[in-house]
Amino acid sequence: MAEPFLIGEAMTGGYGGADILHDCTISVEKGQIAVIVGPNGAGKSTAMKAMFGMLKLRTGHVRLAGENITALSPQDRVAKGMGFVPQTHNIFTSMTVEENLEMGAFIRRDDFADTLAQVYDLFPILKQKRFQPAGELSGGQRQQVAVGRALMTQPKVLMLDEPTAGISPIIMGELFERIIEIARTGISIMMVEQNARQALDIADKGYVLVQGSNRFTGTGTTLLANPEVRRSFLGG
Amino acid sequence: MDFLNALIAFLNFVFVPGLAYGAQLALGALGITLIYGILRFSNFAHGDTMAFGTMVTIYTTWGLQAAGITLGVLPTALLGLPVGIAATAFLTLATDRIIYKFYRKNKALPTVLVMVSMGVMFVLNGIVRLFIGVEEQNFADGERFLISTGDFKAMTGLAEGLAIKSTQAITVIVAVLVVTWLFWFLQKTRTGKSMRAFSDNEELALLSSINPDRVVQMTWIIAAALATIAGVLYGLDKSFKPFTYFQLLLPIFAAAIVGGLGNPLGAIAGGFIIAFSEVTVTYAWTKVLTYVLPESMAPKNLIQLISTDYKLAVSFVILILVLLFMPTGLFKGKSV
Repeated sequence: MAEPFLIGEAMTGGYGGADILHDCTISVEKGQIAVIVGPNGAGKSTAMKAMFGMLKLRTGHVRLAGENITALSPQDRVAKGMGFVPQTHNIFTSMTVEENLEMGAFIRRDDFADTLAQVYDLFPILKQKRFQPAGELSGGQRQQVAVGRALMTQPKVLMLDEPTAGISPIIMGELFERIIEIARTGISIMMVEQNARQALDIADKGYVLVQGSNRFTGTGTTLLANPEVRRSFLGG
Repeated sequence: MDFLNALIAFLNFVFVPGLAYGAQLALGALGITLIYGILRFSNFAHGDTMAFGTMVTIYTTWGLQAAGITLGVLPTALLGLPVGIAATAFLTLATDRIIYKFYRKNKALPTVLVMVSMGVMFVLNGIVRLFIGVEEQNFADGERFLISTGDFKAMTGLAEGLAIKSTQAITVIVAVLVVTWLFWFLQKTRTGKSMRAFSDNEELALLSSINPDRVVQMTWIIAAALATIAGVLYGLDKSFKPFTYFQLLLPIFAAAIVGGLGNPLGAIAGGFIIAFSEVTVTYAWTKVLTYVLPESMAPKNLIQLISTDYKLAVSFVILILVLLFMPTGLFKGKSV
């Protein structure tokens, strides 16, 4: 089998003190959805941040479309086609929805009107509220702005850090639908989720991390069917 | 009772001077608030940056005058202004490169940066005095009045006169132009928006590949321009004296904080609030009151709340009240 589109291989490292990740491997295929779940403090977000270059790996490497990008800064990775949506503080609250999206496209020197229209098609509510300060929107709408901002660079991989944190179950379902839609356009999605069951439901590939290491890996369905995973991480 | 004369006296002694002074403070406060919003520290060197820019403008003006070049009815200093701005921009960029950058890279606390800016303030203070001296300098030329008291009285036949100095008119016009440009720049241009984004959420701005160095440089250039313009307008309207400019730091900071640090609109409102408070409490109201009140109640003394010597106290009191009861200011800026 060919190498996955984006892979963080045998990653070990942390924020400077003790290692948080221990020989952790995560990957996503083109146009697929990979979900990272696990208990609190398992290093889920850390693993994703490592793949985006936000912390230094002691060992291991990250490859995007076969190219070793381990040494690149997050900014350079954006230029290579990676988009990242942080868990919190992921919008410019004092700026309008449209300005948020424009800032997402900051590195693009070409006309990005098409991409803007695509984002508005994906999230129609944002078009309605385009001239409203993003800080005035509801939690679910803010998440849409955050995802929309990351899509403006036309990334090949979109990384989402707990996109459904703090939003209602109904809105969560809708957001997952949009994420599936994004993946269908050929963008690979990698996300960390607290709502493990719903997230694994839409996942092509799932990772269960415990204490910074891979515990279980498999398709979303296999993990959901695995009695041990169910008992330990999905509440039965 | 004579309301018309009272109104003219009020306009002449309170409103017009307050308006010009408010515009000067607003321009100064905009510089403070911009640096606070983007570089995230209170720049104590701003008053002396104003002094430096004004000094360069004065030298240029003197040079132009000596060469026989003037602007006719307008002050020649307006011609010298671009040179002053360029020199000050060079100065702020150099200070940033040599001093502030080091602390920024080390992620120094805002308090540390404030102390650093105080050091810069003292150095600038010394540089300005070394060159131009501590004395008062007058560099205004051109037509002195737009309307003089005499003309106004002859025109209207009123007992009170209204004088509008040309420097007051120029201050207000220039301030309106500068503020309009600044808001257009921040709201509509790509660079301006990236500065707002950086101020709003630095991490996310970096994730969006906004170049932080460029944002910082733009901020210093704009702050230098604002400081120089504010300083030159103040100097034309009153006079230039290094110590006065150092003292201006207080009303300017008060203005920025009253409006809400980091909020440009607030800085403008704050400038006028401070200016009008200062002028109203230090003005002797006898004349206005004599016109308005019946003869039996006419005041015999000055009716001046506090002497002009204590005008800085006004800013100080407002500053303390705002920090105590409304720390984010009128326009919801960042808390100090």
